[in-house]
Amino acid sequence: MADAVLEIRNLTLALPAQADRPHAVSGIDLTIGAGETLCIVGESGSGKSMCAHAVMGLLPKGVRPESGEIRLGGRDLLKLGPAALRDVRGREVGMIFQEPMTSLNPLMRVADQIAETFEAHGLLSRAERLERAVTLLDEVGLPDPARIARAYPHELSGGQRQRVMIAAALALGPKLLIADEPTTALDVTTQAQILRLIDRLRHDHGTAVLFITHDFGVVAEIADRIAVLQQGLLVEEGAADAVLSAPRHDYTRRLLAAVPSLVPPRRPERAAGAPALAVQAVTKVYKPRGFLVKGRGVKAVDSVSFDIARGETLGLVGESGSGKSTVGRCCLRLVEPDEGTVRVGELAVTGLSVRALRPHRRRIQMVFQDPFASLNPRRKVGRIIAEGPIAQGVPRAKAEERARDLLSLVGLSAGAAERYPHEFSGGQRQRIGIARALALDPEVLVADEAVSALDVSVQAQILELLKDVQGKLGLAILFITHDLRVAAQICDRIAVMQRGAIVEMGPTEALFANPAHDYTRQLLAAVPGGRRLASIPAP
Amino acid sequence: MSGLARFARNRGALIGLVLLVLLIAVALLGPSLYPTSPWRLVGRPFMAPFAMDRFPLGTDTLGRDIAAGLVHGARVSLLIGLVSTLVSLMIGVPVGALAGYLGGVADDLLMRFTEFFQTIPSFALAIVIVAILQPSLTSIVIAIAIVSWPPVARLVRGEVMSLRSREYVLAAVTVGQSTPRIILTQVLPNTVAPIVVMGSLMVASAILLESSLSFLGLGDPNLMTWGYMVGAGRTRLLDAWWISFLPGLAIFLTVLALNLVGEGLNDALNPRLARGRD
Repeated sequence: MADAVLEIRNLTLALPAQADRPHAVSGIDLTIGAGETLCIVGESGSGKSMCAHAVMGLLPKGVRPESGEIRLGGRDLLKLGPAALRDVRGREVGMIFQEPMTSLNPLMRVADQIAETFEAHGLLSRAERLERAVTLLDEVGLPDPARIARAYPHELSGGQRQRVMIAAALALGPKLLIADEPTTALDVTTQAQILRLIDRLRHDHGTAVLFITHDFGVVAEIADRIAVLQQGLLVEEGAADAVLSAPRHDYTRRLLAAVPSLVPPRRPERAAGAPALAVQAVTKVYKPRGFLVKGRGVKAVDSVSFDIARGETLGLVGESGSGKSTVGRCCLRLVEPDEGTVRVGELAVTGLSVRALRPHRRRIQMVFQDPFASLNPRRKVGRIIAEGPIAQGVPRAKAEERARDLLSLVGLSAGAAERYPHEFSGGQRQRIGIARALALDPEVLVADEAVSALDVSVQAQILELLKDVQGKLGLAILFITHDLRVAAQICDRIAVMQRGAIVEMGPTEALFANPAHDYTRQLLAAVPGGRRLASIPAP
Repeated sequence: MSGLARFARNRGALIGLVLLVLLIAVALLGPSLYPTSPWRLVGRPFMAPFAMDRFPLGTDTLGRDIAAGLVHGARVSLLIGLVSTLVSLMIGVPVGALAGYLGGVADDLLMRFTEFFQTIPSFALAIVIVAILQPSLTSIVIAIAIVSWPPVARLVRGEVMSLRSREYVLAAVTVGQSTPRIILTQVLPNTVAPIVVMGSLMVASAILLESSLSFLGLGDPNLMTWGYMVGAGRTRLLDAWWISFLPGLAIFLTVLALNLVGEGLNDALNPRLARGRD
C-alpha cells in the first residue's frame, strides 16, 4: 500500500521462559493507511495489546521483539534508540489507554497535562501551550473548555477524562492514534459518544487509528478493517463488512456467534405463581460519615419494587451508578436497606436481626462479578464450595462430597475440589462461584454482572450454564448487568434503572421492541454494533 | 515462581538467614559450651582478646569471660525478641482485625486507643513501664510488647479493610458464616504475608530496645545481656575497647540478619512490590 502510515511486517514478540507459550504474537503482518481504522480483535491473552505496545515501545519487561519490523513513515521503530523513540511518541503516534480513572495524573490540572506533550517535544511557549490545550479540549467536544482546562481530573467524569486523554494524544497531530480498549471502562452511552468522537477526529485529520478491543459491537461500530488475533496468531484480516458478514476463519465465526444478539428469543408465557423474591419500596441512602458534619445523603436506591417468580429471570439493567448493584446487595442484606421490605418466599428478610437471618441465608445466594476476587486464594475449591453448608450445620464430609457433585453439575471435574483457585481460568472460576452459590440449594440467585469480566465465548457458556441450572432447580434469578445484549438473551423480564429508580419494567421482548421510556431508548440506541451484529448467521 | 525460590535467589536474605541460624545454634548450645554462670569472675580483668587461650575474646572490667557473656546474651536477646514480638502480635492483630472488619464506632474507639500509645515516645514509655514493674524478664517483655503493637494494629487494620469488601468475604457472609469465623478463616489468612514480614523486623527492633534498656541498667539483673555488657564497658572504651565493641558487634549482626531476612521475605511474599532484579 503506497500511503500506509504503519506497516507491521512479520512481527514476533518473545515471551519470557516461564510463560505459557513461547511467543506473545508471531508472524503478524498488518498495515494501516491514512484515515483508516484498523481494529485488532481478540480474547484476553490473544496478544492484541502487546502489538499496540510494541509500536509505542512500551513492551513489559521480559517481552522482546524477536523478528520483524514496525515501519512508521519509513523508519523501523524496533531499531530506534530510546531518544529517537521518545521523539516518535506523541509527535507521530498518540496513545489512549483503557482506564480513564488512572491514566491522568490526579495532581495536575487538565491543561498542564495536555501542555506536557508540547513541553516534552520543546514546542511553543508556555502561554501558547495552554492556549492550544483549550483549543484541543474544545475540539474533543468538552463543554466550557476554558473551565475544564483549569479543572483537576477528579472533577471530571470518566467520559470527560477519556476526552482529555484523546486531546492529549492528538496534541501534536500524530499520524497514528493507538487506542487500547479506550471505551471498555465506560458506560454504553458514553462509549457511543467517544466512538463517534474518535471517528470524527480521524475524518477531520486523516489520522490512522489502531483500535484494540475485545468487543465485536465496538468493532462493528468503528472499524474499516478488522484483524482477528487468536493466541498470538493473525487468523483473519479484511474489510469490516466482509469479516462481519462472511467470516472465513472458524475462530472468527465462533467469536461472532458468541456475541449475544440484541433480538430477544421468543419465550413461552409463564403462569403467574407466588413470587420467590418480592422487593417492595426498597430505599437506600448513603450518608456521608463526618465527625460533626451531617451532610446530605445520596439516594442510591429510590423506592424500588419488583417480584420474581420461581424459574424466572429478571434483568436489572442500567449504567454505573444507577444503583442496580446496591439493589442486589440489599436483597441479601449485604447492604442494609433504609426502608422497604425484601421477602424470600414468605420470609421477610428485612425484618430479621443479623443473627436470626443467618440460618435463612441459604435461601438467597449470589454470584459475583470478578472471578479473580470472589474466591479465597488460600482455600481449596472443594472447601470453598463446602463452606456454606458447613456453616449451616451440614457435616463436613457430607458437604465436601456434595461439593464434588456440584463441580460436575457446573461442568468441572470432581478433581477440581483439591486444587486452589489460581489454577483455574476466569470462566472456570465463575463456574466455581456458581457451584458455591448452589451448594445451599437456594431459591433465589442474585447474579451481579456475573459474566461481565469474561470473554464472549466463555460468557456464552456461563449463560448457558445458568439457564441450565435454572431449568433443573427452578431458581428465581435476579440478573444484574450493564450489557443489554446479555440481558436480551437471558432475561424473561427487564427492569431499567436510572439514578436509583426503576424507570421501566416489562417482558424482554416487548421492552426491546417498544421501549416506553426515553432512557431505555437511549440505552438501546447506544449498544455498540446496534442490530448490525444481530443478523449474523450461526456457524 | 514460588516464594521459596524467590527468597533463595536473594543473596542478602540468604546471608541474613545463615547469620540467624548460627546465632540460634549458639543460643541453643550456649549452656553446654559455657555451663557456668557468665557472671563468675574467672580471670584477670582487662585481658585483651587472644591474649590467653582460655579467654579468646578477653575479659571485662571485673575479669568475667566475654565469650561466655556473648553466648548467654544471645539466648536472652533472641528470647526477648521473639516473645515480645509474639505478645505484641497477639495484641495488635486482634485489635487491627476487629477495627478493620467492624468499622464504624468500633474502628474509631480501637484506633483512638491505638493512637494513645503511638503518641507517647516509645522508648520513654518502655523505660517508665520497666521502672514501675521492676526490671525482670517479664516486665521487659511486657514493656517492649506494649510499645510495639500499635504499628501491627494499623497494618492489620489496613489489610483487613481492603480485604473485607472482597467478593469472597461477601460470599462468606451470604452463606451464613459467623463474623468471628469469617475474620479467622477468610480474612486473616490473607494478611499473613505482611504480618510475617513485619514480625521479622519487629524481632530486630525488640532486640535493640532490650539492649537499650539493659544499657541504661534497666535489664533483668540476673541475666547477662549484650546491652548490659556494652553499658558496663563504656567507661573504658578507649583502653579496653573490646569490652563494649564485641557485644555491640553481636547486636549489629543480629539486627542486620533479621532485617535482611525480613526484606527477603517481603520480596518473596509480595512479588509484585519487589524491586526489579531481572
